[in-house]
Amino acid sequence: MSESEKVKSLILEIIGDIAPDEDLSAVDPAVRLRDQLDLDSMDFLDIVMELRKRHQIEVPEADYMRLATLDGCVEYLGPKLQARLSA
Amino acid sequence: MFDVVIIGAGLSGLAAGIRLAHFGQKVCILERHTVWGGLNSFYKKDGHHFDSGLHAVTNYAAPGSKRGPLGTLCRQLRIKLEDFGLEPQTFSRITVNGASIDFSNGLDLVTAEVARAFPSEVDGFARLCAASLEYPIATIDRPFASSRARIREFLSDPLLIEMILVPLFFYGAATEDDLDWDLFVVLFNSVFREGFGRPRRGIKQILDLLVSRFEESGGEMRRRAGVARLVVDEGRVTSVVLDDGSVVSGRTVLSSAGLVETARLRSDRPADDLAESIGPVAFMESQHILASPSTFTPCVTFYCNGPSLRWRSPVEPVDLTSGVICAPHNYQHSTAPERQTIRITHLANDAYWTGLGASDEAQYAASKADWVARSRVSVEPYTGKLDVKYTESFTPRTVRYYTGHLGGAIYGSPHKVKSGKTDLSNLFLCGTDQGLLGIVGAMLSGVAIANANILGGAR
Repeated sequence: MSESEKVKSLILEIIGDIAPDEDLSAVDPAVRLRDQLDLDSMDFLDIVMELRKRHQIEVPEADYMRLATLDGCVEYLGPKLQARLSA
Repeated sequence: MFDVVIIGAGLSGLAAGIRLAHFGQKVCILERHTVWGGLNSFYKKDGHHFDSGLHAVTNYAAPGSKRGPLGTLCRQLRIKLEDFGLEPQTFSRITVNGASIDFSNGLDLVTAEVARAFPSEVDGFARLCAASLEYPIATIDRPFASSRARIREFLSDPLLIEMILVPLFFYGAATEDDLDWDLFVVLFNSVFREGFGRPRRGIKQILDLLVSRFEESGGEMRRRAGVARLVVDEGRVTSVVLDDGSVVSGRTVLSSAGLVETARLRSDRPADDLAESIGPVAFMESQHILASPSTFTPCVTFYCNGPSLRWRSPVEPVDLTSGVICAPHNYQHSTAPERQTIRITHLANDAYWTGLGASDEAQYAASKADWVARSRVSVEPYTGKLDVKYTESFTPRTVRYYTGHLGGAIYGSPHKVKSGKTDLSNLFLCGTDQGLLGIVGAMLSGVAIANANILGGAR
């Protein structure tokens, strides 16, 4: 699995646990997650908290917007995940 | 040393505990009684199972719903909506001064009923429904705004105004004669827009789910562990002393005991602190198991015999001029219920019942039996004659004993602290006195306060 696929799948795994009723099979990585899925701000914060819990990745509040799309997640979280794995 | 010590294993404490434990906090819930649930618990007596307080789960949502308070709650707790096992009501009724309107889940039936009985109020009612879509933020404190004044911006017929207010007072008003507009909005949506459901197996179904989610998240619950004292030093709770003298320590303490009740546990506050904030609204309730089926059809009936509801502690021991009649067997059950029970609720005078209970146990029992019998006769104009084989009841004294709520106040203090904050940096409130009400509201209160004050950030 490529690095970007890995980031996408860990984000989708988290969303699937928070909102088990959502269909995640056809998420467009370029479109805002909130525009394709029924996620509210509380759900969004839970994604951030699950990232901390499961992957020890801290996302400061100023950077939340960078997680708006799956492509954004790959760009922002990819290096962080890489850094943690090689640490 | 725990990260968080939670006082009370009621719906709010358990929900807060699930959130905190899920995100890796070391959590201990302390419960004074052997059974969890607090105000909404369950018990068995003479072979009969009872829910202590369950009328209806408001904020009903059908399985598959993602939006609304119940959808949010399920996602926050990682619980599937189906697991609550909620069965929707058929319909409920409001009767004021002899006139009635019916409602069911969603606004369709009540809107049609308003059009039938109050044709000139149709536009105003539609505007009221639209205005109620503006939810207040659950954790932001705002000054009291009179709902009795505000509702006149939408409706003019005093009878219709009373009809809309009666169920909302009974399902959540801790203040006398009026209720706060923010609370009106929350209750209007939870009662009318979303409506009522009941868990197939009673409140135990919801509580069992919460306890197992809490424990599988790594939380610890201690029963028979009542809190006697919060030791306060330099603006912080430094330790929690239990009834048996043992000590539990937590970095943060989250109390669902109530505003006044929590203050009075503090070592830096007098034992009679905040007397003016004790809730004035208390109830007497009886549950009658029927020997033969009743033909009474509404799920819940809210009534007021006169033209305006007297929402205050009555002068007499029990106010029989208004009440709520619940018939759980009338919900849309997937399997026929084993028995029919009618639950009747009236406003009651806490000072009378608690005083009598303290001075003369035999007289208390006799007076309770007398008022329960009078209550049953008083609702016959609504229910018809009931063929009763077993009766169980509680007074404000019972509520005080089992929940610790001063004044037997089911809805707690008239002073709500929506932020959950206190003047101590590591003590927070959740539950009834945080301001969210009902079964879903109680759980959301625990979630909201855990999020905002302990997990950081989320409202």
